[in-house]
Amino acid sequence: MALSEQDVLAGLAELVNDETGIAADAVQLEKSFTDDLDIDSISMMTIVVNAEDKFGVKIPDEEVKNLITVADAVKYITANQG
Amino acid sequence: MKKLIQSKPVAYSRIYSLGAARGELSVSNDEIAGPIDSSDEWIRQRTGIVTRSRAGANTSLMDMSVTASTEAIEQSGINPSEIDAVILATISFPYQTPSGATLLAEKVGATGAAAYDISAACAGYCYGIAQADSLIRSGTSRYVLVVGAEKLSDFIDPTDRSISFLLGDGAGAAVVGPSDHPGISKTVWGSDGGNWDKVGMTGSLVDYRDGKIAWPTLVQEGTSVFRWAVWEMVKVAKEALEVSGLEPSDLSALVTHQANIRIIDEFAKQLGLPQSVVVARDIVETGNTSAASIPLAMHRLLDQGQVKSGGYALQIGFGAGLAYAAQVVELP
Repeated sequence: MALSEQDVLAGLAELVNDETGIAADAVQLEKSFTDDLDIDSISMMTIVVNAEDKFGVKIPDEEVKNLITVADAVKYITANQG
Repeated sequence: MKKLIQSKPVAYSRIYSLGAARGELSVSNDEIAGPIDSSDEWIRQRTGIVTRSRAGANTSLMDMSVTASTEAIEQSGINPSEIDAVILATISFPYQTPSGATLLAEKVGATGAAAYDISAACAGYCYGIAQADSLIRSGTSRYVLVVGAEKLSDFIDPTDRSISFLLGDGAGAAVVGPSDHPGISKTVWGSDGGNWDKVGMTGSLVDYRDGKIAWPTLVQEGTSVFRWAVWEMVKVAKEALEVSGLEPSDLSALVTHQANIRIIDEFAKQLGLPQSVVVARDIVETGNTSAASIPLAMHRLLDQGQVKSGGYALQIGFGAGLAYAAQVVELP
C-alpha cells in the first residue's frame, strides 16, 4: 500500500537523523537539505540510497540534484514509490 | 609431428614484500584551502584528510617508483635480476611512450624483464596483482614487480573543488612470486564504460595543443562516484571474499582504495566486517594517490604493526574508467 506524504516525511526524517544526527522533528517540508539542514553532498547521497531501500523507489543521480528541499524529496518518493 | 610446448603452470602465488615511497612534502589543508574557498575543518569533515603527501618539483614519479621498488626487492630476498616482469600501474607518467615500466626495470636491476604500464587508475594496482598472479601461475613469469605510482600533483587544478584537493603523490611496490600455498585469491574485476566520464580529465592533450582547454587536470562527479564506490563496490568486495573461500572473520584487514574517508567508512559499514578487521585509513596523512594508495596503505599497516605477516587482507581498487578489481591476499 502506497505511503502518504506524511508517512514518507516521517520515514525520511528518520533516515536524516540516522545519517546526520539532526533531530527528526527538524526535518520539515520547507527546509533545504543544504542551506537549512547543512547536509553535505555525501550524506545526501547516503540518505538517498537508504531512502531507495526503505521506500522501494529508484532515485537516479541526475534526480538527486533536483531534491533541494525536504518537500522535493517527499513528493518524488511519494510519486515514485514501489 | 612434434608437440608444441606450453609453459608449465605452478599452483600458487603470493606477495613476497612491499615497498613504499611518499612525496616528501606534507601539504596541510590550510595550504590548499584558499583557492577552493574552503577550510581545514571543511576538508577534514568531507574527506578525512589532514595532510597529503606531494612530491616536489625535483622528485619524479620514476624516482618514487625506484625507491618503493628497491625496498620491496630488498625485502623479498630475491635478486633483482630474477624479476622477469615489471608492471607499472599509473595514470600520471608524463610520457605517452615509451612506458615507465621499461625504465623502472632498468633502474632497479631487472634488466631485460618484460615491462609495461597499465592504465586502470585507482584500480591499477589490483589489476597489476591480478596480472602478476596469472603470469606466475601460468608459468610465463617467475617473479613480477608490480608498482602503483602517481605524481598526481602534475595534473591538479588548485581551484577545482571536485578532486584536486584530495590528491597526493607516491609509489607502492610489491614483489610477487610462486608459493607453496595460496596467497592471492581469484580476482573479481570489471569495468563500466557507460560511466566513462564520471572521473577523468578536463580534456585531451590534443585539446590542449589546439588551445581548446588549459593544461588537462583531473575532475570527477563526486556524488555519483561516491554512490558507485560504496554500494556497487561493496557487492564486488563481497563477491571477492566469497570466491576466496574465507569468512569476514578470517580477514585481518580491509584495504580499499584510499579515495575519501567517507567512502572508506561507509564501505566498511556496508560490508559489515567484525571489529577485529583493521580498516586501512592511510588517506588521513597521505591523501588519495590513485594506483599507489593500496600498497601504501597496506605497507603502513604492516609497518605500524597493526596487522601481521601471514594474515589475510581484502584489497579493492576502484576509480576512473570506471574500473575495479578486488582480491584477497596474504599479507607479506
